[in-house]
Amino acid sequence: MTSVPHPEATRPTPGTSVRSAARGGAIRTYLRLELRRTLRDRRTLLFSLLVPPVVFLWVGVSSGNTATEIGPGTNLAASLLVSIALFGALLTASSGGAGVAVERAQGWTRQLRLTPLEPWAYVLVKVLASMAVGAVSVLVTFAVGWYGGARMPASAWVLCALIAWCGSLVFAAFGLLMGYLLPTESVLRFLNLILVVLSFAGGMFLPFNDGTVLAEVSRFMPTYGLAELARAPLGGGTFELLPVINVVAWAAIFCAGAAWRFRRDTARM
Amino acid sequence: MTSTPAPAIAVTGLVKEFRGPDGPVRAVDGLDLVVRPGEIVAFLGPNGAGKTTTLDMVLGLTPPTSGTVRVFGKKPARAVADGQVAAALQDGGLLRDFTVLETVELTAALFGRTGPVTPFLERAGIAQIARRKVGKCSGGQQQRLRFAMALVSEPDLLLLDEPTTGMDVQGRRDFWTAIRHDAEAGRTVVFATHYLQEADTYADRIVLVSHGRLVADGTAAELKALAGSRSLEDVFLALTADDARGATYPTTAEGANR
Repeated sequence: MTSVPHPEATRPTPGTSVRSAARGGAIRTYLRLELRRTLRDRRTLLFSLLVPPVVFLWVGVSSGNTATEIGPGTNLAASLLVSIALFGALLTASSGGAGVAVERAQGWTRQLRLTPLEPWAYVLVKVLASMAVGAVSVLVTFAVGWYGGARMPASAWVLCALIAWCGSLVFAAFGLLMGYLLPTESVLRFLNLILVVLSFAGGMFLPFNDGTVLAEVSRFMPTYGLAELARAPLGGGTFELLPVINVVAWAAIFCAGAAWRFRRDTARM
Repeated sequence: MTSTPAPAIAVTGLVKEFRGPDGPVRAVDGLDLVVRPGEIVAFLGPNGAGKTTTLDMVLGLTPPTSGTVRVFGKKPARAVADGQVAAALQDGGLLRDFTVLETVELTAALFGRTGPVTPFLERAGIAQIARRKVGKCSGGQQQRLRFAMALVSEPDLLLLDEPTTGMDVQGRRDFWTAIRHDAEAGRTVVFATHYLQEADTYADRIVLVSHGRLVADGTAAELKALAGSRSLEDVFLALTADDARGATYPTTAEGANR
C-alpha cells in the first residue's frame, strides 16, 4: 500500500510577532495551570501557608513579645513576625526553583524541549508561580500576626511584606541551583533543612550578640542581608550598607550558579 | 510557500558515537534517509540498532557526532521552535500531579493551539479519564495521553517511539485509525516499533536499521519480495542477524533518492 505524499504539509515559518504572541499565550496558560497544581499540593500548603503562621502563633505570641516595644508603635512580636514571614517566603521560592530539577528528573523538561516553549520561559513560569504562592504566604502570615498581637506602623506592614516577598526571589535562584546540585529524590527535604540552618546561622530568628565570632560569621550568610533588610522598616535605625552588599553578592552568586547549570542542562545543537 | 517542498526529514551521513567502557560505541553509523511529506514510515530494527538515538537527533535532543539532519529544510531545534514537530517518546515526559486534561491543555497552549482539546482526548480514548491525575493512570493510559499530547500539537511531522506499548488491542486499533486519519490530511508520521504487524499493516514504507546502518528501505511488499518470504518477520530476521553485519544487501530504490 502506498499513499500519495502531500506536499502542502509544510507550513510557512511563522513571523516573529506571531511567535511572540503565541508565546505570551502559552506562558499565561502554563502559569494558570502551574498555580492550580501548586495550590493542590499538600506539601506547598503545609510549608508555605500553614507552617509560618503556626510558628508565629507558637513562638511569637507571648506577653513578653507583644509588650516589649522596640520602636515607636512597634513591638518585638512584629520583628519576629517579619522574620517568620520571610522564612516562609524563602521556603516557597526555593521550593519553586528546586521544582525545576524535580521535574527534570521526571523527564518533563525533556518533553518541554519538544515544544516551542523556550527553556527560560519554563523557568520563568516556575519562579512566577512560586512567587505568587510566596505572596499569599506572606499575606496570610502577616494577617495571623496582626491577629496575634504584632504591632508596627502601617507603612512598616507594607514595606516589610514587600521586601520579604521581593527578597525571596534571590532564593528562587538558590533553589534552582540546589536542585541541580543535590540528589533529586530528596532535594526538597534537604532544602528545608538547609534553609532552617541558614536562617539560624544568619541570625534571622535570634540575632547574635555583637562582637562574638558567631555574629561575625552570620554577616556572611545569605539569609543575613535579607533578614536585616526586611526588618529595616521596623526600627528607626540608620541605613546600613552591609546587608545590601550581602544580598546583592548572594543574588549574583546564586543567579550565576543557576544560570551556569541551567545552560549546561539545556545546551542544544 | 516554497515551490518544491523540503523533505519532512533529510538525514545525511548521520553518525552518533557514545563513550563506552572500551572506547567509543557507534550507535548510528552513517545513516542516509529522506522522508517525504505525508508518508507514514515504520522505523524497524532490533534493540540497540540506533532507532531511538536517530529519533533523538531528528528532534534536536542529541547533537550528531557527524552528518546533518534537516527537518522541513531547517535545523531540528528551529523546526521544533516553529511547532512543526511533535513526538511521543517511550517513557517519562509526564508530571504526575497534573490531570490528564491539564496536561493536554498545556501542550496545546505551548504549541499555540487555541481550540477545544476534548476532541483530541476522545480520539486518544481518554476523554472519560480527563480529570484523573496522571500519576494514577495505568501505563496504557499514559501512553494514550502521550498520544493525545502529540495529536493536540497538530504538527506537520509526528515522531512516535514504541507508541502502542502497553496498549490493549482496542487501544492499538483506535490509535492507528487516528494516525491514518491525520496522515491523509498531510501529516508525516515516523514510528519506531517492535510490532512488525503494525509496520506491515499501517506503514507506507518500512525502513530497517541494524547496527546503526540502513539495511532495507521500501514498502512491506517490496521487502517481502526482497527476502522471498511472505512474512515481514523473516525479512527482519534475515537482514538484522548479527552475521549480516558488513554484508551488502540490495536496498530498494525508494528512499535512496536524496
